Amino acid sequence: MSTLAADNALILQQAADWLAAGKPVALATVIGTWGSAPRPVGSLMAIAGGGAMAGSVSGGCIEGAVALQAEKVMQEGEPRLISFGISNDLAWEVGLACGGKLDIYLEPIA
Amino acid sequence: MKRRVFEALRRAQQAGQPVALVTDMGTGFQTLVGSDGRQQGDVGLEDEFLPQVLEAIRHDRSGMVEFYEGRFFINIFAPPLRLFIIGAVHLAQALAPAARLAGYQVVVIDPRAAFATPERFPDTVLVREWPDEALTALRPDASSAIVTLSHDAKFDDPALKAALATPAFYIGALGSRKSHASRRERLLADGVAEADFARIRGPVGLDIGAVSPQEIALSILADMVLQRRGPRQKAAKE
Repeated sequence: MSTLAADNALILQQAADWLAAGKPVALATVIGTWGSAPRPVGSLMAIAGGGAMAGSVSGGCIEGAVALQAEKVMQEGEPRLISFGISNDLAWEVGLACGGKLDIYLEPIA
Repeated sequence: MKRRVFEALRRAQQAGQPVALVTDMGTGFQTLVGSDGRQQGDVGLEDEFLPQVLEAIRHDRSGMVEFYEGRFFINIFAPPLRLFIIGAVHLAQALAPAARLAGYQVVVIDPRAAFATPERFPDTVLVREWPDEALTALRPDASSAIVTLSHDAKFDDPALKAALATPAFYIGALGSRKSHASRRERLLADGVAEADFARIRGPVGLDIGAVSPQEIALSILADMVLQRRGPRQKAAKE
């Protein structure tokens, strides 16, 4: 959708700026969702070395975990698939009304 | 993602061209595909796979697909949606905010200063120029919709001709069946090909029995969504 398109354009712009500044950058993409997932398939988050983030892959509950994994992906230079299952209890804790599950493709831009 | 694939993706975005980034989940190979089928990246896609990717671009539908043994993630990067409304009329006052709500950047084009006023169209880009010239200058792309609402052939007809020269995914013209038939005669006499005229949705909008301007705006938006996404049931059968 348009709002997603506009968001993604800004996120890629931020990624390009980080790359131009010589920082390592990883890109996380929501590639699958089940149940209630706050961000649709195709949503992006860019992560720079050091932990700066642009965009989101959820309502905010797993961005930190994704950023940690991103550091490894940037070091190793290999993409990886990460699955997050959100149990109903945990979902309640982080403010989601019901459980969801999502798959994220995390890759370095190199 | 290889740096050169990333740069190509950025170039496409800056040029307002829709592209699909296809990732082979098995190998990690990535290919960037344009709406014209042009490819760049790690590997060329199989000929039989390409139509599926082009279909995904057309309907702006990202997702995982399977092709023989492989799983591929297709991420569509489309330019922002835009709607160009010809005629700053009463119906346009309903359509502009409704379209914004649906995620469109709205531009209203009407050379008549009495109609195209900020009071009538708050928060809307107004272009007080002849519609055909304005459309040519604003370069509608494959993420653009163009709807003529002026009910005046001297505005609508040249605008539709200009619209047909663009890759806009939606071209609609307000008017009854009868007025659409006479529009067809005028445009064909003016050199528009029958196949091109067939791109025009007229009478504009999905037939939901709309009566008020707000309802007609809704029917037009619903038709725009349908033309862009395609019906879900058809997708389920594929």
